[in-house]
Amino acid sequence: MEKTKKKVSPLRAVGTTLLIIFLLIELYPIIWLLLSSFKTNSEIALTPSYSLPQGIEVQNYIDAWNVGHMSTFMGNSIYTTVFSLTFIVLLSAPAAFGLTKMRWKLSGPVSTLFLMGIMIPVQVMLIPLFLMFKTANLLNTLECLIVAFSAFGLPMSIYLFSGFFKGIPNEMIEAAVIDGCSIYRVFFKIMLPLIKNAMVTILMISFMDVWNDLLFSMTFVSSTELKTLQTGLVMFSGRFGARDWGPTFAAIAMGTLPTILLYLGLNKVMIEGLTAGAVKG
Amino acid sequence: MDKLLRDKKAIAAFVLPAMLVYACIVLVPIVWSATYTVYDGVPGLDFRFVGSQNFTTLFRDRDFWMAVTTNLKYVAGVVTGQIGLGLLLAFMLMFGLRSHKNLVRTILFFPVVLPSVAIGQMFVKILEIQPQYGLFNSLLEVVGLGAYAKGWLGESSTALICCIIADIWKAMGLYATLFYSGLLDIPGDVIEASQIDGATGPQRVRYILLPMLKPIIMMALVLSMTGTLKVFDSIYALTGGGPGNATRMPTMYMQTTAFVYQQYGYGSTIAIFIMIECLFFSLIINKLLSKDNTI
Repeated sequence: MEKTKKKVSPLRAVGTTLLIIFLLIELYPIIWLLLSSFKTNSEIALTPSYSLPQGIEVQNYIDAWNVGHMSTFMGNSIYTTVFSLTFIVLLSAPAAFGLTKMRWKLSGPVSTLFLMGIMIPVQVMLIPLFLMFKTANLLNTLECLIVAFSAFGLPMSIYLFSGFFKGIPNEMIEAAVIDGCSIYRVFFKIMLPLIKNAMVTILMISFMDVWNDLLFSMTFVSSTELKTLQTGLVMFSGRFGARDWGPTFAAIAMGTLPTILLYLGLNKVMIEGLTAGAVKG
Repeated sequence: MDKLLRDKKAIAAFVLPAMLVYACIVLVPIVWSATYTVYDGVPGLDFRFVGSQNFTTLFRDRDFWMAVTTNLKYVAGVVTGQIGLGLLLAFMLMFGLRSHKNLVRTILFFPVVLPSVAIGQMFVKILEIQPQYGLFNSLLEVVGLGAYAKGWLGESSTALICCIIADIWKAMGLYATLFYSGLLDIPGDVIEASQIDGATGPQRVRYILLPMLKPIIMMALVLSMTGTLKVFDSIYALTGGGPGNATRMPTMYMQTTAFVYQQYGYGSTIAIFIMIECLFFSLIINKLLSKDNTI
């Protein structure tokens, strides 16, 4: 817009004010949560909720981490997330390349089949998967979560990878082939470096899905020592929520902290990724 | 060149691993689930073909229809809020701000990335009344409305509306960002031309901006609607479906039916119902909005 000094129209003033109110509404609860996680239990009981903490009670975090098993939950979440993301990328990048750049009759229908996975609610697959894992003796393991996350992450990542591959001109492959490259070399040495950005986006989206999951982990895993962060958090609040607000706040804060840190560094990629993931239709 | 791209072995090497995993974990279970709808009992023990019995039970099951009704109220509230506030925020970002647009967008988007479970539990604490007031009740007290303080999530009259607000709070930044990027794509001369023609702000919104945003609004409607029809995480963390069954959603009903009562056949029937519901609403939105060109 123009930089000249214009008189501020009343409409714009109202808009700006409203926007500031919305920003407060969006931010304040999270700040309040983080502040409350540093209050002692007696402080929480005696002072109003909105007051600032009098000191920094790190004991809440220590309690949640050790007594509340948050360390275990965090470890489990990191383990499943790392392996799931690795599998998602290892499987979907070559698949998307095969579907968009290789020439075969069924590439269209197979792409549609993958795309279908985005539309169908996971609830439909939940019961058969549960029974399948039960038969395979995989229930109550982190490995069955990795299998499920990897498979369910494929549709979206294949879809997004395909979009990026389509943008790469065929001439690049041709030139490489004329130079004597095998098709595998073309993929690994030429294509993969070109889609690095796409890789970051897809890792981001998959991270959100896997890290934030509740349904799979609460259905497939029941023992405490195998719970992931989100299911652990549900259990934690059930057990300590009513009496020990301090550690509960600390546990909730810990549940959000990895994402907050990631967002501080990578917010641009995350916003782009999630809106790209939303605009799949 | 062409021969190389038609190399069957290479195609298999690229696509087959993903295809196999996807087929076993996603495709086969879909078919499996569909066949389960005509069975009753526990697989392996006492599993018998019952024909359409699960469907007739479904149609007579009051608990199920209550969950569907609750869910539809929830869908209506959340979709209106997310799309409405999303549009409002996008317009304010576009026209109400001169600078710091990206910073504001980054802050608005922030709750979108946080885990719904943690956010749900944060709202539980905000709306708490026992053993001490949470943030909301103590703020009510400050402004002199202490008499209205109550356990917002513990009373069936207010629990659902709180779930709706929490979900709008979490996701409106996503919709604002979607619409905002749609607004950025509208060519500047279109807006300028309307200014020259003397269109007022609201007129510009109504006759130029909204129609040009239509494809994105349509997509956002489908996204928001399918997301809320199959909502689970956030409600589970907020109320667990309670108090009583006041906020129980079909997905939660399916979860208990299948995994607490082990009625896998009936559970599958509910799951298939949810799927059909999602597809049905997506189709309706596409049909309705692609015909009408004025919004």
